[in-house]
Amino acid sequence: MQVRIEHLTKKFGDAVAVSDFSMNFDDGKLVALLGPSGCGKSTTLNMLSGILPVTSGKIYFDDDDVTNTPPQDRGVGICFQNYALYPHMSVLENIAFPLEIKKVPKEERLAKAREMAKLVHVDMLLDRKPKELSGGQQQRVAIARALIKTPRLLLLDEPLSNLDARLRLEMREEIRRIQQETGVTTIFVTHDQEEAMSICDKIVLMKDGYLQQEDKPQTLYDDPHNLFVANFLGNPPINNLYGTIQNGRFVLEDGSASIKIDNPNAKEGEKVVMGIRAESVTISKSGDHDFEAVIKQRYTMGKEELAFLNIGNQVIRVYLSSDYTYDVGEKVFLNLRQKGVFLFDQETGERI
Amino acid sequence: MTAKKKKKREGGEFNNGLEPVIYLLPFVIGLLIFTVYPIINVVLMSFKEGYRLSGSFTGIGLKNYTQVLGDKNFANAVRNTFIYVFSVVPIATVLAVIIANLLNQKIKAMALFQTAYFLPMVTSSIAVGLSWRYMFNTQFGVINWLLGVFGAGPIDWLGATGGQAPYNIFVIIIFGIWNMLPFTIILLLSGLQNIDPMYYTAAKVDGADSGMIFRRITVPLLLPTIFLTMIINMISSFKVYNEVIPFWSGKAGALSNNLYTMVYYIKETFYSKLRLGNAAAASIVLFLIIFVFTMLQKWVQKKFDY
Repeated sequence: MQVRIEHLTKKFGDAVAVSDFSMNFDDGKLVALLGPSGCGKSTTLNMLSGILPVTSGKIYFDDDDVTNTPPQDRGVGICFQNYALYPHMSVLENIAFPLEIKKVPKEERLAKAREMAKLVHVDMLLDRKPKELSGGQQQRVAIARALIKTPRLLLLDEPLSNLDARLRLEMREEIRRIQQETGVTTIFVTHDQEEAMSICDKIVLMKDGYLQQEDKPQTLYDDPHNLFVANFLGNPPINNLYGTIQNGRFVLEDGSASIKIDNPNAKEGEKVVMGIRAESVTISKSGDHDFEAVIKQRYTMGKEELAFLNIGNQVIRVYLSSDYTYDVGEKVFLNLRQKGVFLFDQETGERI
Repeated sequence: MTAKKKKKREGGEFNNGLEPVIYLLPFVIGLLIFTVYPIINVVLMSFKEGYRLSGSFTGIGLKNYTQVLGDKNFANAVRNTFIYVFSVVPIATVLAVIIANLLNQKIKAMALFQTAYFLPMVTSSIAVGLSWRYMFNTQFGVINWLLGVFGAGPIDWLGATGGQAPYNIFVIIIFGIWNMLPFTIILLLSGLQNIDPMYYTAAKVDGADSGMIFRRITVPLLLPTIFLTMIINMISSFKVYNEVIPFWSGKAGALSNNLYTMVYYIKETFYSKLRLGNAAAASIVLFLIIFVFTMLQKWVQKKFDY
């Protein structure tokens, strides 16, 4: 099912949680609503589910306007952040409960629940109570319960936030698998860019109630529309250097260093932020170079080496190729790659 | 630094063994004098035959118990007490669950309702009982008037005719329920407020109506609290006494002793009849009954511990 939202706005009193948000969620895709806390992603999710009424704007499921449809009539399955598994019911009863509400005969709903349990791999835990389950198992049960009604849309609210690092990796693969096996249109909310990058067909990045950018994960990373998007994605975070354009070079604010740039849109004298991803630099001991720097510190991280470089009075973090060894304090020459180097307007944060 | 501090404490004037004992002593002495000693004494008393206030007794044995268990007044007291407990506690619990749920909604004039429901808790049950006595009055009482509105009654709540007083026990049951409600409601309200609203949201999103939510979510999640209140209420109901006093000028029912409760029986045996050993034996029997039912409930309660 395709979900379309048009000019969606939510206000709590004077506070605007979501502002004039429009976009399409394509049928059968897994989409992440990504952003820092308070960006309006959970609010958006709750409006899609119908738990929160909208202030203005429209929500369409395919061609049906569901803006004012109560949650139970929208055909959405929701997986809550803390799972909200009923503590007095067994796993099987929990999964079957949405059908119990619908007065589906007992045999039928239990059979369906067993099927769902098999899908999410909890079929050996059917008689357990929620408190006897690990976090990951609870998550699986919650997903099964959300899916048992065969919803048109599956909504997951921070599905991995209560899990430890290892389970998180496992469960995000599982969410991907389950989503692909069922083909249900899925929207999930997260503040973890890595989570979103790794499993989603599309990422919708929000900030302060405004849509920042929606794209495929790689596109979002390679082609950010603004400084916020560039900063939010990537680990280690992108380097930000503040300066101005002078004679076709980027000059640091204090004039202590400059970088040769190759951007036809950069206007002379413009105040900009230069974003350089850690992997977008090549290093050499001599030859042509875009800028010079001094090695400040090095961290070996197994397959690669992370170095802090002094450029003028600023510090940037880059990956070094390990063909050479460099000493701390050594002066090195660096070239920028095509990918992962951006200029942003200092005022607006927009990409130049 | 911690080690140094510890050392200083150990080297202080009080050694570890004595210091806490001194702090505990005032409380322990009080406990021994006012709780432990009387309990032991009652147990001993119940086995002493012909026990007098002076402390003298004629022999040791089970005679007190056989006398009490053979007393038809005691049998009557046990019967009345059981009828009281097993009507007041369930009815009050069901009513309290319903009222607590209503009070847990966001409604207007909530403060007014809350005050009304919690009033019995802050008033003396004897004093309020006196006004209930007028409400139960056969000719002028508001209760019979209300029944009259619906074409029923009048019922001789407080009186007796032809040596029979069948309605007397309803008086203390109704009054007992009224007395029990506020405390029960308060406990249940706090239990309700401890239920994560997320469960309601989850159920509502799946289309559950309020009846379904109440039956399948609220009540099961409230069960531990319900059991807690039932245990507390059952213990206090087995000791019913105050509820009997206001209605028949201190007598137990219209026929003077038809409404004996166990505590009333103990009090009468002790103060009026001065059969101290019998009173002690009756106390032990009451204790055993309460003990058995409390254990039984605890055992049931464990099955509902999520």
